[in-house]
Amino acid sequence: MSEKYDAIVIGGGHNGLVNGAYLARAGLKTVVLEKRHLVGGAAITEELKPGFKFTTFSYALSLLRPDIIQELELVKHGLMVLPMPNNFTPAENGDYLFLGADSQQNYHEIARHSAKDAEAYKDYWHDIKQVVQAVKPLVDSIPPDITSSEPEELARLASVGAHLGRQNPKVLHLLTRLLTGSAADLLDDYFETDVIKAAFCSSGLIGTKVGPRSQGSGLVLLFHKLGYFDGSIGDWGFHKGGNGGFTQAVARAAQAFGCEIRLNAGVSEVITKNGEAIGVALQNGDELYGDTIISALDPRRTFLQLVEPRDLPTDLVETIEKFKFQGVSSKVNFALDGLPEYPTLPGRTDIFRGFMNIGPTVDYIERAFDDAKYGWYSKRPYIDCAIQSTIDPDMSPPGKHIMSCFVQYTPYKLKGGDWDTERENLGDTVQATLTEFFPNFSDLVLHREVVTPLDIERTVGLSEGNIFAGEFMGPQMYFFRPAPGWNQYRTPIKGYYQCGSGTHPGGCVMGAPGKLAATQIWGI
Amino acid sequence: MVKTTPFYPRLAALSETMLWKHWSGYAAAQNYQFSTLFEYFAIRSGVAVFDTSPLFKYRIQGPDAESFLAGVLARDIRSCPPGQAQYTIWCDSDGYMLEDGVVLRLSDDEFLLTAAEPNLLYFSNLIGRRRVEISDISKEYGILAVQGPHSRTVLAQLTKTAADLPYFHVTQTKVAKKSVILSRTGYTGDLGYELWIKADDALAVWDALMAAGTGYNIMPMGLWALKMARIEAGLLLLDVDFASAKHAWVDGQRETPLELGFDWMFRKLGGEERPFIGRTAIENEIKNKTSRWKTVGLMLDWQHYDQTYENLGLIPPKDTTPIEEAHSLYDAERNYLGYATSLMYSSLLKRHIAIGKVPPHLSTPGSEAYIELMIVHRPQYVRANVVRLPFYDPPHKKR
Ligand SMILES: Cc1cc2nc3c(=O)[nH]c(=O)nc-3n(C[C@H](O)[C@H](O)[C@H](O)COP(=O)(O)OP(=O)(O)OC[C@H]3O[C@@H](n4cnc5c(N)ncnc54)[C@H](O)[C@@H]3O)c2cc1C
Repeated sequence: MSEKYDAIVIGGGHNGLVNGAYLARAGLKTVVLEKRHLVGGAAITEELKPGFKFTTFSYALSLLRPDIIQELELVKHGLMVLPMPNNFTPAENGDYLFLGADSQQNYHEIARHSAKDAEAYKDYWHDIKQVVQAVKPLVDSIPPDITSSEPEELARLASVGAHLGRQNPKVLHLLTRLLTGSAADLLDDYFETDVIKAAFCSSGLIGTKVGPRSQGSGLVLLFHKLGYFDGSIGDWGFHKGGNGGFTQAVARAAQAFGCEIRLNAGVSEVITKNGEAIGVALQNGDELYGDTIISALDPRRTFLQLVEPRDLPTDLVETIEKFKFQGVSSKVNFALDGLPEYPTLPGRTDIFRGFMNIGPTVDYIERAFDDAKYGWYSKRPYIDCAIQSTIDPDMSPPGKHIMSCFVQYTPYKLKGGDWDTERENLGDTVQATLTEFFPNFSDLVLHREVVTPLDIERTVGLSEGNIFAGEFMGPQMYFFRPAPGWNQYRTPIKGYYQCGSGTHPGGCVMGAPGKLAATQIWGI
Repeated sequence: MVKTTPFYPRLAALSETMLWKHWSGYAAAQNYQFSTLFEYFAIRSGVAVFDTSPLFKYRIQGPDAESFLAGVLARDIRSCPPGQAQYTIWCDSDGYMLEDGVVLRLSDDEFLLTAAEPNLLYFSNLIGRRRVEISDISKEYGILAVQGPHSRTVLAQLTKTAADLPYFHVTQTKVAKKSVILSRTGYTGDLGYELWIKADDALAVWDALMAAGTGYNIMPMGLWALKMARIEAGLLLLDVDFASAKHAWVDGQRETPLELGFDWMFRKLGGEERPFIGRTAIENEIKNKTSRWKTVGLMLDWQHYDQTYENLGLIPPKDTTPIEEAHSLYDAERNYLGYATSLMYSSLLKRHIAIGKVPPHLSTPGSEAYIELMIVHRPQYVRANVVRLPFYDPPHKKR
C-alpha cells in the first residue's frame, strides 16, 4: 500500500501539529502520524476518572509564540487561555508569599518580608524583561550554523552579532550571567528573603537536572521567562480544558488548513533510498511515501532510531549519543474531594488560583536536588502544584477538584531501584510532603496518578523522560541544538528534517520548533 | 452618601479592591478581585454575576400599552409576544438615537423596560389619550445578570424553568421561595440570564445563587469585566459609543440608528404602517442614503501593532481595560476617516478590537483604516481592518 504526500510529519505532539499546520497552510499535502490514540504528546488532557480531567504531563502555557496563535488562527479553533492570577509559596514556619495580579499589593506582600526586596521586585522584573526583549529575535528565528562558511550563514552570524551589539551592555551582561550562572546567585543580587528567592528560583530548575545553586540554572530560569500572557512577559496561563484543550485546538487548525492527522499510526522507520528520505514505514507494516519527512520526535529517536545511524556522519552520531536527556521530573496528579487548607490562611481558596510552589527555601530545593545527584528521588521533593479546577470549573465535577503536581527531583536512572517498583512510593512521598504543608490534604485524595520519567518515556516517547526532549544546558542550545551543524532543522539525509523540542529554541509548549522548521522546509 | 443597591451588603464583603464607581448615583464595583481578567473569563468559561440594579426600570401597563410602545420605540414591539423580551431603541423625531434598553413583555398589556437614563417624564409625556400607566419601579427591584456558559446549570438548580427558557424569553418564577422575573438576556454576548428580584428579597436570592454556583466557581464581576464582554459582543454603550440626542448641542454629536448599525430593525418597515417617533426621518435616510457613518468592528493588525511599539523600543502593551475615549481614524494617506471607541485588547481573541465609525463606503469587511495611538508622546498610526460585529458570538449563547 502506498500513498504520496508532499510532507509526512512523524509525531503528533504540539510541534508536529504546528509544523503540519504550517506546511498544509502553505499548500503542501501533509499528514501527521501519531503513534497514540490522541494527539498532543506531552500536552494532553485525560479524563481518568469520570468528570476529572487530568493534565497528565504539561499543565500550563506561556511560551507559545504569539505569532503562531495568529497565523494558525487558533482562537477560531478554540484557543482560550485563562489567567492564573495568583502565586502561592508556603514558607516553612506557616508564613508564605502570596503574589497576585496587582503590583502595589505585591509590593506590600513582599514588604511584609523585606521592604528592600519589595522594591527590588520591580527592578528584577524590569531587568529580566529587558533580557527577554533582547533575545526574543534570536528565539524566534533560525539560528546560524557556526560550522558553515557559506556567505549566507556568515551573514546570519553577523546579524546575530550586530543585534547583540545594539543591546545595552548592562542587558548583555545580565544575559551572560543568566546563560552561565546559577539562579540562586542571580537572585542573591536582588533579594535577601529566603522564601522570595525560593519562589523565584523555581523556574530555574523546571525539567532540568540542576539545583538552584548549579551553574546553568540561570539559563533554565531565563527560558521560562520567554513567554507571555497577553503581552506580559514571563506570565503563565492555563488553557481551557488543560494543555490537551490547546493541542486539540491546534489539531483542528491543522485540519482546517487541510492537514491530515492519523492516529494509532506509529512510525517504525524512515525509508531512505540513495541517501534520500522517501517515506516512512508504520509499525503496522503500512508504508507512506512523501517528498519531505519531518521527525517531531526527540534527537535520539530522530537520529538513532528512525534512521540507521550508519547512514549518518559519525560526529553527529557521537554528539547525539552524548546528548543529555537524564529526565528528573515526574507528575503526581490528584482528584480531590475539596480544597486543601493552609493552616495560617483558613478558608482561603484564592491562594490556589495559580501556581503553588512547594519549595519554601533555597536550601530545601537544593537538598531535594542533592538526593537526585546521588541517584535517588527527593525525600522532600520540590513540587509545583496547580489546582486547575479553581480556574476552569470544567476540569472537575462541581465541588471536587483536580490538582496537578510537577515533582522534582526524580532521576530517570535510580541507583539500586527501578521506577516500576518505586512509582507508588513516589506518590506517597509527594502526598506526605503536601500533607506537611496542608494537613487535611491526604483526607481529600480521591484518586492519584503517578507519572515517573519512565512513564513519560514509555507513553510519549521523550527519551529518559526529559520533558524538553533534551536538557537545557549551554552545549545543547542554539548553535548546538541538537548538534553543531544540524541546528537548522535539516539532517544529513536529504528530505529528512526535524521539528521537535530537541531543536531550537527547545522544549515547553512553545510551537517555535514546529514553526521554524516549516520555515526552513518551505521558506514560509 | 452614595446610594447602594439591595445586593450591596454581600457585594461589599466580596470586594477586595474597593474600587467603586458611581453609576446613576449608586456604588457599582469596577471589579471585585485584583485580576479583572479572572472575572472576565468567568463570563466566557464559567459563570459570573453582575449587579445591574442601578438601571432605571419602568413598568408600562394598560390596554393600550402595546400600541403606545409601538409608537414610541423604534423597533416594532408588536413582534414581541408575551413571554418574550426585546432589545429596543427610541429616537427623536429627527431620527436621532435617544437611548436603548430591553423590554420584557410579561403579558398582553404589561411590559417592563430598562433604561440607562431617567425616562419617566419622557415616556409619560407621550401617553396622550392612551390607556397606559407608566411607573418608575427602579427602587422596587434589584437586577442580577447571571452570565456565562454555566449560568443555565447554576440557575436550573434554583428554578427548573431556567433549564429550557429560550433566548430572549422571560418568565415569572420562584428562586429561594421568592418571586422573581427571569429573562434569558444579558449584556455579555454569552449564555446568560437576568433576574429581577424584589429589593427585600435580594439577599435571600443572592445567597441561594452563590450556594448553587460554588461548584462552578461563581463570582461577582464588576463593570470592567462586563464592558470587556460587551465590546466583544458588539453591544453599544451610551455615552461611549453614542450620545443621546436629547441633550446633545449639535447634530455632529448625534447619531442615527442606521449609523449605529440598527438597520436590521427596519427591514420590514415597507410592509407595515406603524407610525413611530423618527419614522419619517429614518425612511428618508434609508431612501436617500444620507447616513454619515456606519458602525463597524475594527481589528487592529497584530503585526503592525507590535512592530510599531517594538520599533520605538517598547514592549507592545496588551491592555485589556477598555479605553472609552475616542481615537481618530485615518486612511493610508492620513486623511481623516472617522473615529473608534471602546478600544481594548481582547484576551479572548488575542487582538486589539474597537468599535469604529467610518464612512459607509469604507464599511465593508476588510476595508482598512489607521487608528491613531499616542506612543511616547507622539501620534502613531496602526493599521486596522473592518470586521463584522459581533467580534465574538459563541453558539451556546442562543442554544
Ligand atoms: C511532565 C511534563 C510536564 C510539563 N509541563 C510543561 C508545562 O506546564 N508547560 C510547558 O510549556 N511545557 C511543559 N512541559 C514540556 C512540554 O510539554 C514539552 O516540551 C512539549 O510538549 C514537547 O512537544 P513536542 O511536540 O516537541 O514533543 P512531544 O509532545 O513529545 O510529541 C511527540 C509525539 O510523537 C509521538 N510519537 C512518539 N514516537 C512516535 C513514533 N514512532 N511514531 C509516531 N508518533 C510517535 C508521541 O506519542 C507524541 O505525541 C512538560 C513536559 C512534561 C513531560
